[in-house]
Amino acid sequence: MLGYTLKRLGLAVVIVSLAMAILFVMIYLIPGDPAAVALGPRATEAMRESLRVKMGLDQPVWVQFWNFFTRAWTGDLGNEVLSDRPVAQVVMEQLPHTLALIAGGMVWSVALGIPLGCWAAVKRGSWADRVVGIVSVAVIAVPSFVVAIYALLIFAVTLRWLPAIGAGDAGDLGDRLTHLILPSLAVGLGWVGYIARMVRASMLEVLEAQHIRTARAFGLPETMITYRYALTIAILPTVTLLGVGIGQMLSSAVFAEIVFARPGVGKLVYDAILTRNYPLVTGAVLVTTVLFVLINLLADLLIGALDPRVRSRF
Amino acid sequence: MTVLAIRGLNVSFATEGGDLHALRDVAFDVPARRIVGIVGESGCGKSTLINAILGLLADNGRITGGQIVFEGQDLTRADAAQMRALRGPRISTVFQDPMGALNPVLSVGRQMRNIQYRSSLGRAARDARSAEMLQKVRIPDPEAALSRYPHEFSGGMKQRIAIAMALMMEPALLIADEPTTALDATLEVATIELLRDLQDQIGCSVLFISHHLGVIAELCDDVVVMYAGEVVERGTVRQVFRTPRHPYTARLLECDPARQSGRTRHLPVIPGDLPDLRNRPGGCIFAARCDRRGEACAAPQTEREPAPGHRARCILAEAT
Repeated sequence: MLGYTLKRLGLAVVIVSLAMAILFVMIYLIPGDPAAVALGPRATEAMRESLRVKMGLDQPVWVQFWNFFTRAWTGDLGNEVLSDRPVAQVVMEQLPHTLALIAGGMVWSVALGIPLGCWAAVKRGSWADRVVGIVSVAVIAVPSFVVAIYALLIFAVTLRWLPAIGAGDAGDLGDRLTHLILPSLAVGLGWVGYIARMVRASMLEVLEAQHIRTARAFGLPETMITYRYALTIAILPTVTLLGVGIGQMLSSAVFAEIVFARPGVGKLVYDAILTRNYPLVTGAVLVTTVLFVLINLLADLLIGALDPRVRSRF
Repeated sequence: MTVLAIRGLNVSFATEGGDLHALRDVAFDVPARRIVGIVGESGCGKSTLINAILGLLADNGRITGGQIVFEGQDLTRADAAQMRALRGPRISTVFQDPMGALNPVLSVGRQMRNIQYRSSLGRAARDARSAEMLQKVRIPDPEAALSRYPHEFSGGMKQRIAIAMALMMEPALLIADEPTTALDATLEVATIELLRDLQDQIGCSVLFISHHLGVIAELCDDVVVMYAGEVVERGTVRQVFRTPRHPYTARLLECDPARQSGRTRHLPVIPGDLPDLRNRPGGCIFAARCDRRGEACAAPQTEREPAPGHRARCILAEAT
């Protein structure tokens, strides 16, 4: 398991490095002079020149890349334009909110999606299966910002059950959690559908397997067969799917953060783009990439922990 | 004493093309402590028969008539809970494919412990029992084997583990569904000897399904020959193999590669195909492929008993 972990970790470093290179090239290719954008139309050529030197833009492109690359690995993402604070610090301040939001989305999608998919598979062909199928497709089809707006209108504005905006008081965990319910629902609802469909499909496949027939031939109780013999296998593709799904949840988080006026990386990037605060955009995107890679790494390790066949292959 | 008695068993599957009559009027006995072989080509209804006995027919399958009497209880009238109580402790099964028969994500020990879920023994005692069974099927270092996963064992070992699991609860009847077909010849012999040893120790009956005539002759006491969902001939191995009374059995024995005396590039085959089980012929099921058919074969055939215990569903079996 240690060798497997190290291998996956090595791969993660390679992926993040590649992402950095692509990000650098993209920023480099954006037309316009970053110094001119930062200083505005009234700056003199001398001011622009001195900022270019300060930002290292006078160096050859490969030196610029090397500086960006090495600094980023040490956690130095430069300073943002508006307040001149370190980008890493600004992003890290917002990151816990986004992490909480995505974790909440995961809780919704897993807590509803897995039992629904399992239920539909066991009751295959019944009305329950059909209802789960229709609901799954419906929630996948509805964009997360629509869920966000309607959840806000129904539960916060009309019914007044839950708070509408913000992240809650810093010291009050209960308040934080009640503020998290609706935004995380907006992030996770579509994934309830994906997971339910995925779990249903893989459950149906596993329930047909020879070893399930063997388990039945030994007279094991159906609940034991469903949950310990079938679901433990059927869950594996879902874990991988969720790892990839984090990427989509991160983009849904942007909408949820805007609609619910929550702090978070998504809101930060949105504001940074509007103010053309490029170092902040770069830094936030990079942190998000690292987050995505780390969560996928976690999903791979989880698969290794759940599936002895995978574990032994590495 | 008879452990399993099947009488007039009919099984149908509802398909889009109409009802598929998979088993018709199947009857045979499995006496106590005997090994009964079932032989027949693919599609003859062997698997359907096993599933019917185990109460594990697919959703579209249904027993339309007859009885499956196991230890005095008619299984065709048993409900799901009664069947589940029998499967494992009283009727156990070893399936054909050792690669897929064990759960890939649970350790061998965990699976063997789960099989004993009805037992009042504690965890340590159950594990000791599992290790004892692994010892019996000659798995080296049985205690360590309990914590390993199926993919860490070879095919032959997996099949021995499956046998250990099946016999752990000391059932009255072991159903072995082509347990050696997926193994190579050396392993096949070893596995058959192991099965016979264990059967002797436990004193159970065995229903051994195979299409390998040599294995049946070697292992079994009695044999049941099936063709297209019907029992065409049954009797002791000696009766059926020495003096086959049904033309299908005779042709099947002629086609056995082990019986070829000279070198040949062309193994004998029985010309023709299995009949369409959705539209069974009214008369003898084998008539269309039979080179000895006559006028009378168009009428439905009953079992004749040319010798005590030796039965064949053929008009020719009456002649002598």
